[in-house]
Amino acid sequence: MKAQDFMNKLNTQSLNLILREYPIAADFLANFRLENLSKEIPVSEALKDVNPEILEEFGLDGYDLLQNLSLFLENLTETETSLDRVTSITILGGVNKLKEPENISITIYPGEIISIVGPTGAGKSRLLNDIECLAQGDTPTGRDILINGIHIEEEQRFQLDGKLVAELSQNMNFVMDLTVHQFLEMHAKSRLTPNANEIIEKCFLCANQLAGEQFTKDTKVTQLSGGQSRALMISDTAYMSNSPIVLIDEIENAGIDRRKAITLLAKNEKIVFVSTHDPLLALSSDKRIVIKNGGIHKIIQTSEEEKKNLKSIEKIDNILLKLRNNLRSGETITEDLLKL
Amino acid sequence: MKLVTVAGPPSSGKTSVIIKLAQCLDIPKKSIGVVKFDCLTSFDNISYEEAGISIKTGFSGKICPDHFFVSNIENALQWGIESDFEILITESAGLCNRCSPYIKGVLSICVIDNLSGINTPRKIGPMLKFADIVVVTKGDIVSQAEREVFAFNVKQVNTSAKIMFVNGITGQGVFLLGKYIQQTKDILSLKDSKLRFTMPSSVCSYCTGETRIGESYQMGMMKKMEF
Repeated sequence: MKAQDFMNKLNTQSLNLILREYPIAADFLANFRLENLSKEIPVSEALKDVNPEILEEFGLDGYDLLQNLSLFLENLTETETSLDRVTSITILGGVNKLKEPENISITIYPGEIISIVGPTGAGKSRLLNDIECLAQGDTPTGRDILINGIHIEEEQRFQLDGKLVAELSQNMNFVMDLTVHQFLEMHAKSRLTPNANEIIEKCFLCANQLAGEQFTKDTKVTQLSGGQSRALMISDTAYMSNSPIVLIDEIENAGIDRRKAITLLAKNEKIVFVSTHDPLLALSSDKRIVIKNGGIHKIIQTSEEEKKNLKSIEKIDNILLKLRNNLRSGETITEDLLKL
Repeated sequence: MKLVTVAGPPSSGKTSVIIKLAQCLDIPKKSIGVVKFDCLTSFDNISYEEAGISIKTGFSGKICPDHFFVSNIENALQWGIESDFEILITESAGLCNRCSPYIKGVLSICVIDNLSGINTPRKIGPMLKFADIVVVTKGDIVSQAEREVFAFNVKQVNTSAKIMFVNGITGQGVFLLGKYIQQTKDILSLKDSKLRFTMPSSVCSYCTGETRIGESYQMGMMKKMEF
């Protein structure tokens, strides 16, 4: 539906009807202190009773407000944009910091997990920056990033609104003082999710499966442990974020099933990049990009041998997990526990 | 010369964003100038000087910072042209959330940070509403969900704005902003240009130095609350 159609709607349908269909319009009106508009008549009518001074304070008149509201509803209900369906992303190599050519190209599809390895400062963020702004040979690396196999128009790059890449790192915290349920509800509301309650439930259950220690829906997000926070963030990103690409920067080892966490994202049709030196995570990915001297040095396909080794790594990891749980429950560490 | 106006609440990261922007623009440092409009004191000039960027700072003192901005902007432009800058950036702190030092036809950027609270975009008003680009900073320390809800709330107030997430420390995200700025038209004069929104009106007795409390001292534009 176009803004003009919404405008007609606002002119003819009662505000009650509009709010039933688009509950978020209530928030829009509240932004302009218009929460008490009469709901039985169309907004255009109701606005006539509003003191024009209030609208003026916001730099609006009644007509502007209707227009803004129509535009807002149009933008929200718009689903078909080019980036909504990312079926692949292709990285065409540029040059490293020494201006040596990278000579690589890699195409990644939703559901794939790619790990990024290399020392700090080697150029991981250069790669991420390129992906985030959809470099078209114009960034310092000279790389090209293609979406669905094609170059992106300049105008589309400016329309990204930061929605292409969702990020998750150790440094992230919840800053809002909300319970887990309120938090998920708020996110669902901003996504205008139609079956919100169902998805909130899914998110919550899944976060608990990933977290080492259980938490309830009434727990404040700010009181969650590091592992629990990460579990909630990952599950929320998997089910509710609209970004087709997810970048994970070193998730902590403690208190979260990190392999399950990244597979969950992949299963939800995300393209997952994991920047990690955790062998368990790195080998769980399909390929790994090795960064050196500010460039992509090589791309390694996880071999059969490596996948076999994954089993042994898992065992080591499980031992550590057991040790941790024993400590937590007040038990002692015996030599038995260390046996593979 | 290109002109860009940057506004945003105190400590939202305006200076960091501008410095990172200057570093990523493909032009010599000496062809970028910044005019900082502040109220009482400012230490940003040190950061700009360290970054090798020409800076002029003005203090509005007891005058409304926005009025101060508009009465000095033409001279600022003149300074920029005489200094042979390619880009002149003005930076002003929005103190009452009512400020919007934006001019029609001049690229306007509002900088706000994710830490300021999820509902802040809904409260800022004209400074956010009339901006062409909303730069959101400090996204690296809050959750993805909070970033998304924050961006959504920005869209509620300014549907047509472009939102760019910029990390003021690493400069991540600043490339696209620079690219956008380079596309804007050159500004040679602001004579007869118009502000995007009226300035806060403040012509009451307290504006002129009255300190006494009481009905009989209140003159000019007054607004009374209902209790």
